[in-house]
Amino acid sequence: MTFPAGTFTPAPGRGRTGRMLLVHARTEAVLTLRNGEQVLLTLLIPLALLVGLSLLDVITMPAPRVDSVTPRVFALAIMSSAFTGQAIALGFDRRYGVLKRLAATALPRWLLVAGRVAAALAVVAVQLVVLGAVALALGWSPSAAGLGWTVLLVVLGTLTFGALGVLLGGALKAEVVLALANVIWFVLLLAGGIVLRVDALPGGMAAVVRLLPSGALTEGFTQALVDGVTPSWWVWVTLAVWGAVGGVAAARTTKLV
Amino acid sequence: MSAPAVEVSDLVKRYGSTTAVDGLSLRVERGAVLGLLGPNGAGKTTTVETCEGFLRADSGTVRVLGLDPVADAAALRPRIGVMPQGGGAYPGVRAAEMLDLVAACAANPLDPAWLIDVLGLSGAVKTPYKRLSGGQQQRLSLACALVGRPELVFLDEPTAGMDPQARRLVWDLVAALRADGVSVLLTTHLMEEAEALADRVVIIDHGRVVADGTPGELTAERPDDQRLRFRAKSGMDTALLLAALPEGCRVTEPTAGGYLVTGTVDPQVVSTVTAWCAQQGVLAEELNVGRRSLEDVFLELTGRELRS
Repeated sequence: MTFPAGTFTPAPGRGRTGRMLLVHARTEAVLTLRNGEQVLLTLLIPLALLVGLSLLDVITMPAPRVDSVTPRVFALAIMSSAFTGQAIALGFDRRYGVLKRLAATALPRWLLVAGRVAAALAVVAVQLVVLGAVALALGWSPSAAGLGWTVLLVVLGTLTFGALGVLLGGALKAEVVLALANVIWFVLLLAGGIVLRVDALPGGMAAVVRLLPSGALTEGFTQALVDGVTPSWWVWVTLAVWGAVGGVAAARTTKLV
Repeated sequence: MSAPAVEVSDLVKRYGSTTAVDGLSLRVERGAVLGLLGPNGAGKTTTVETCEGFLRADSGTVRVLGLDPVADAAALRPRIGVMPQGGGAYPGVRAAEMLDLVAACAANPLDPAWLIDVLGLSGAVKTPYKRLSGGQQQRLSLACALVGRPELVFLDEPTAGMDPQARRLVWDLVAALRADGVSVLLTTHLMEEAEALADRVVIIDHGRVVADGTPGELTAERPDDQRLRFRAKSGMDTALLLAALPEGCRVTEPTAGGYLVTGTVDPQVVSTVTAWCAQQGVLAEELNVGRRSLEDVFLELTGRELRS
């Protein structure tokens, strides 16, 4: 094959920042929403729990049940995509050399992180819109006073779980990440204050679970959406500390491959 | 005068107790194609990744387009194109999505759709990366290296896993890059590839340069190092032939049935060889007198043992 002279004449340069961020975030979000296993984890399991726990009397909950279930399912959805999904995706992206590929382009390092964060927030927004719509269909009546706090909690929860997901997915082998991310997800779902709220746990355990990001996020959503109050200070502090520690550690341990 | 495209001086890179690169120096002039040759494990990829800024030199200096590839990575990366050895895309991404993303990082990218077409990936636009063949993955990786119109491209074994048609396409692309003034550093262990593409060849082994020159210089004949080759049945006793040849000639059988006479090859030597074959009752096939191939040079310098 021949190419006209000048086809490859050098004209290097960095792309526009906004466009780099948009295309990177869009690519990451589309890949997540197209991945069957990710959709199972981020959408189908939370949906099944939302419908199942709302309609079936398996766990004692104040009525209307859907009002108690929805905040927990929101917390689960965020943990599933920002932590477990993010960790697994990052583990395999590293295996496939994606980070190195992108690091070899003009994409600055901070944009590599910003693009993933933006994609995670977009995916969480899709999840919560779908879950919220189904909850409304089941008769969910959230406290209007708590909606603003809910949005803040969604952003903080996504950043916190995202930082922890990057910490896990950025340093270990892909198979190890896959196993650990799923085990941690399962443990936090059952014993981390999501299915069983902190109040329902024995005293000593409740104190520990309050300090977990899963327990704090579930409590925060419940306080905002059920009780219609400003979430307690310890909710914010717990999430912020986990996020900050996770983020700082991830910045030190994350490897390109 | 602008700095050379790549200038590596006394580069040392260790992994634990293993020294992967041991005092290596090389230079790629602007607009030139350098072929970096060596057996597996010779230090080719380590050298390239150090130039790309992914590895930090333990000692020595590396300058790429006049910049330090680690300290000045942010300034350098937009100006270079990188084709890593294997991988380089999300497992579930489609070829066009990946190329669009890399193109979005560049100020004046080539048209991604055109590049997808040129590289013969149009038939696989809906296929996730992990289900592309090895050759298709390589072609996408090459597209990603070129799409940003770089001044300098690093191609780490660009034709590994490609069929002959795709390999020919890559060669045409590298020739076009060179014609348009793009500098290229490519690694390969295909001698034919280096001979066809490179202005200059550096052969390395055990992390050191063992030869550096144009393909013509490296394969140049010395008067007492000419070659006569022929094929015949394998395992013939060449003692009588050696005895009949002038002093200084050597007879070897580097591959089964492939014989090589080295020394001062004159008409008398050719006649002696054919007479000996006639005595043996064998027909000497593919008899030729010629220069060393780059492969001869390579095997002489790096030995014939298999590398793990």
